[in-house]
Amino acid sequence: MSAENVTIEQVPKGRLAIWLLVAGELIIFGGFIACYLLARFEYGGAFPAAMMDGDQPIILWYWGAINTTILLASSWSIVKAHEAAMNNELSKIKMFSLVTIALAAVFLFIKFYFEWSHDFHLGASLRSFDWLPTEYGAIAADGGLQSVKTLFWSYYFIMTGFHGLHVVIGALAIFIVMLSASKGKNLHRVELAGMYWHMVDLIWIFLFPMFYLAQ
Amino acid sequence: MSSHETGLLGKIFSTDHKVIGKQYFFTGLLFAFIGGMFAVVFRIKLAWPGSMDMSGTVYNGLVTNHAMIMFFWAAMPVLLAALGNFVIPLMIGCDDMAFPKLNMMSFWIFLVSTLVLVLSLISGLWGGGGPTATGWTIYPPLSASYGGDYSTVGAVLGNLISGPSLLILAVALEFASMLMGGINFMVTSLNMRAKGMKFMDIPIVVWFVNLAALDFMFSVGPLIAGAVMLLFDRVFGTGFYDPARGGDPVLFQHLFWFFGHPEVYVVLLPALGIVAEIIPTFTRKPLFAYRLVLISAVASAFIALIVWAHHQFIAGIDPRMATFFSITTIIISIPFALIMFAYIASYFGGQIEMKTPMLWATGFVSMFLVGGVTGIYLGSSAFDIYAHDSYFVVAHFHYTLIPVVFFGGISGIYYWFPKFSGKFMSEGLGKLHFWLTIIGLNVFAFPLFFTGMWGQHRRIVDYQVYDFMVEQDWILQFRVVATIGAIILAASQLLLFINIFKSAVSGEPAGKNPWKSNTLEWVADSPPPHGNFETYPTCYRGPYEYSHPDRSGSDYWPQNEQ
Repeated sequence: MSAENVTIEQVPKGRLAIWLLVAGELIIFGGFIACYLLARFEYGGAFPAAMMDGDQPIILWYWGAINTTILLASSWSIVKAHEAAMNNELSKIKMFSLVTIALAAVFLFIKFYFEWSHDFHLGASLRSFDWLPTEYGAIAADGGLQSVKTLFWSYYFIMTGFHGLHVVIGALAIFIVMLSASKGKNLHRVELAGMYWHMVDLIWIFLFPMFYLAQ
Repeated sequence: MSSHETGLLGKIFSTDHKVIGKQYFFTGLLFAFIGGMFAVVFRIKLAWPGSMDMSGTVYNGLVTNHAMIMFFWAAMPVLLAALGNFVIPLMIGCDDMAFPKLNMMSFWIFLVSTLVLVLSLISGLWGGGGPTATGWTIYPPLSASYGGDYSTVGAVLGNLISGPSLLILAVALEFASMLMGGINFMVTSLNMRAKGMKFMDIPIVVWFVNLAALDFMFSVGPLIAGAVMLLFDRVFGTGFYDPARGGDPVLFQHLFWFFGHPEVYVVLLPALGIVAEIIPTFTRKPLFAYRLVLISAVASAFIALIVWAHHQFIAGIDPRMATFFSITTIIISIPFALIMFAYIASYFGGQIEMKTPMLWATGFVSMFLVGGVTGIYLGSSAFDIYAHDSYFVVAHFHYTLIPVVFFGGISGIYYWFPKFSGKFMSEGLGKLHFWLTIIGLNVFAFPLFFTGMWGQHRRIVDYQVYDFMVEQDWILQFRVVATIGAIILAASQLLLFINIFKSAVSGEPAGKNPWKSNTLEWVADSPPPHGNFETYPTCYRGPYEYSHPDRSGSDYWPQNEQ
């Protein structure tokens, strides 16, 4: 493309495309979040009850808090990688990209190894047919808790799983960009991968209070 | 730039926007043919019930896949992807899309989606249940359960390779392809315009394709989420839409129509754009009220996002909500009415030349009005509750979508064919094609208003079991008339295929600017080489300056001339 022959608005085309991609992704997650909130409002107090194993919460807030800290730290490291790309410091791009990817791996490890296996251990699953609640509580008298539990855990696993998929995609994107950027090619792409990564981070900021704090 | 694209593989895996446009176009035509044949088969069954032995499942499968294929594998690739690829880079005066490789990838993902669609159609071969027979809206709970067995890996895989699951996957791939294409269109149009081309110098069709892509992007997200949930309900047995497992089937209707209604504007806007290019060219006068047309379209693209629940008036939604959606639905007819009036006003006082593209554009304006006006009836919940799911609705949306996809799309084919092949299409065949199509459309769709008002319901394979249908002899006769119309409509499209191939081989050479039109695509050679322009054009004026008083000696003033 011979750029001098066409008008260029002041936004580079790569950045513009990633903004549009981010908008599209946020709308997809917006759909999930809206559905979850509608279900939660519809069932009122039954949702918090569905999250409990007896009187013990199944979803442990501190794992969520640790993971939030990890994702926020990874946002910092990708910004450092972007800064390095702007200053043409190739070894720093590689280092901070690898730090970001490592933090993403820790996030996924905590999410899937510590949290999901804990949930499965207590009987929660994507379809909670094999759910054996230790105590039904007040709503169980009319038989509704079982179905609310199924619905809640369906939402929990699909939304955190879909977010986890985006963590994997974002980390892969950072890795691919790093391979060429650390050789001094396509340095502007570090910023683009970073923008996508911030979106992944932002979505988690919404999921964390919805699933971990509002119990 | 084109030197590396040699040999057969280089031509097939091309990053040239025109080649990709052609690939979308011919894939779309192929699927329009398949979808049309489905319709002919079930129309014959409806008109002559004894003529073939067809079960309700097969009938529903044909109806479902007719709608799915026509919408997602014919209208979308032709009117959004092919049109956008053909015209955007040429009309804004640049050499290719902003991301040519992404563009190529969009097409190949689209092609994979067609393969998955075919797998869904033949899924009966491995016990996957055959074609989806849920209606094109794939409403749960009917669509949400399959075997009911989610306990083993084998059972889950079996759920995954059943017909409706594969159809949902195919649609998801198609959405991904169109989203990538849409981002490409928007970045190209924002960033790569010819020197001097201000926003108000952009031709309407480029604006409208971009608005359609934007509307698609804003509306499709929640349905992607909803489709993932539906797929999990089917495959893994989650409970999003199953009341027994805490879910709510109406939730899917909301997600579906939040996308489904803007989707009709996604195909309508490009067609309106095509017609906006053709009318000024063949009346030799400026488009009436360019700014008003543009503002109306922007307004309609936003209002389109808040009308969806008019598809759900009988789904048990709150009557207060029905009032809101009735009002928004009737409001959205205002911007479209403004656009249609602007088009009609564009004819006024012009030197109208009824060449084939103009004939089709005029057919669009007149026929689309019938569909648009009946849409206002249906927007009112009081009337809709009576007419819902009847053939009145079927007649309404065929009177909107056939003008949009056939008349709008085909007028574009006749208009831009000389640019992309360098040859004129046959005027005689084109006119015959037009008259047979418009007769076919009206003979097919008009009787359905009456049978629908009498109470003939959609998605019924055999009406002879209903006494109130059998008693009324005229209903069966109207059904026969409608079927004859549908056969005329389908058969006359062969003339388009004949015309395309005959003209591509032996058409009259067209030259650079056969219609004496203003926009930048006519500056390039016909057909344009890879890279489009010898020197990039500079844009000095708006796209519709015909019969300009300051211009002496010719009645048009190309955008690149000072």
